[in-house]
Amino acid sequence: MSDITSLHSSLVARVLEGEGQASPEIRRTAFDNERLAEPVRTVVDKVAHRARMVTDADIGTLRKAGLSEDQIYEIVVCAAIGQATRQYQNALAALSAATGRN
Amino acid sequence: MFVLIRVFSGHPVVDAVKLALYRPSFYRAGGLTQEAMRGPSDWSVADRELMAAYISKMNETEFCVAAHTATSVLAYNDGAKVSATVADLETAPLGEPLRATLRMLGKLTRESNVDADDIRRVLAAGASEQQIKDALAVAFAFNVTDRLADVFDFAVDDPAAINAGAKYLLARGYR
Repeated sequence: MSDITSLHSSLVARVLEGEGQASPEIRRTAFDNERLAEPVRTVVDKVAHRARMVTDADIGTLRKAGLSEDQIYEIVVCAAIGQATRQYQNALAALSAATGRN
Repeated sequence: MFVLIRVFSGHPVVDAVKLALYRPSFYRAGGLTQEAMRGPSDWSVADRELMAAYISKMNETEFCVAAHTATSVLAYNDGAKVSATVADLETAPLGEPLRATLRMLGKLTRESNVDADDIRRVLAAGASEQQIKDALAVAFAFNVTDRLADVFDFAVDDPAAINAGAKYLLARGYR
C-alpha cells in the first residue's frame, strides 16, 4: 500500500531546515502560522486559509518589507505545507481514535 | 505569477510543470505526489484523480479542478461520472466507499478538521483503514498543490492543453 510517511517527513525537513534564503525562524513560523509580524502574518494566514484570495498587492507588501522573491517563495511554500500538514495530522489522529490503533 | 515567469519565460510548459522545475532542491514534492497518486492502493488511479479534482473543487482552485477532472475522465473513460461528482457528490453514480471518502476529504479540506465520527462513517460505508490513509495522502498532496497554484496564479489552459496534460499524467505520473 502507498505510504507517504517518510516522504512527508523529508519534505517538511527540507523546507524548514534545508538550504534557503529565508531564515529557518521565519520558515518555521510561516509553517506554524504563529508568532509572525506584519506584513508576513496576513499573507501567511491567507495562504493557509484562503489561498485563492492572495493578490499581487499582498506579495507587494512583502517586497516592500525588504523580502526577496526567493524568500517570499520559501515563506509561501512553508505556509502551504504547514497548513496541509495540520489537516493531514488531524485526520490521522481521527483515524487512530476511530480504530483504536496508532 | 511572480517568480516563475521570469525563470521560464519562452518555454511552452504549463504552470504546474514550471513550479515542479523551480528550485527543486527546496520544494520537491513530486516523489510524494507520485506515491500518493500512483503508488500501490486499493483505490484506482481514476479514483485518486477524482479525489484530487474534488479536493481542488473544495479549495476553488480552478487550474487543478480542470487538470484532474480531465485526468480522471481519461482514466475512468467515463466523463459523465466525473462531471456528476464534481457537480453534486450526493447524487453522483459512485460506490458508497468512494462517496463517503470524498465527503470526508471535502470536510477536511474546507474545515481543516475531521473527527472520529467522520472517519467511522467512512469505515461504515465500506472503505478500509488503509484506503482512508491512502486518501489522506492524496488530500495532503493537493492541499499543498492547490495553495501554490492559487498563490502563483496558475493559468487555466485551453482544453487541448489540459487534455495533453492529462495524457501525460496518466502515462508518466508526477515525477
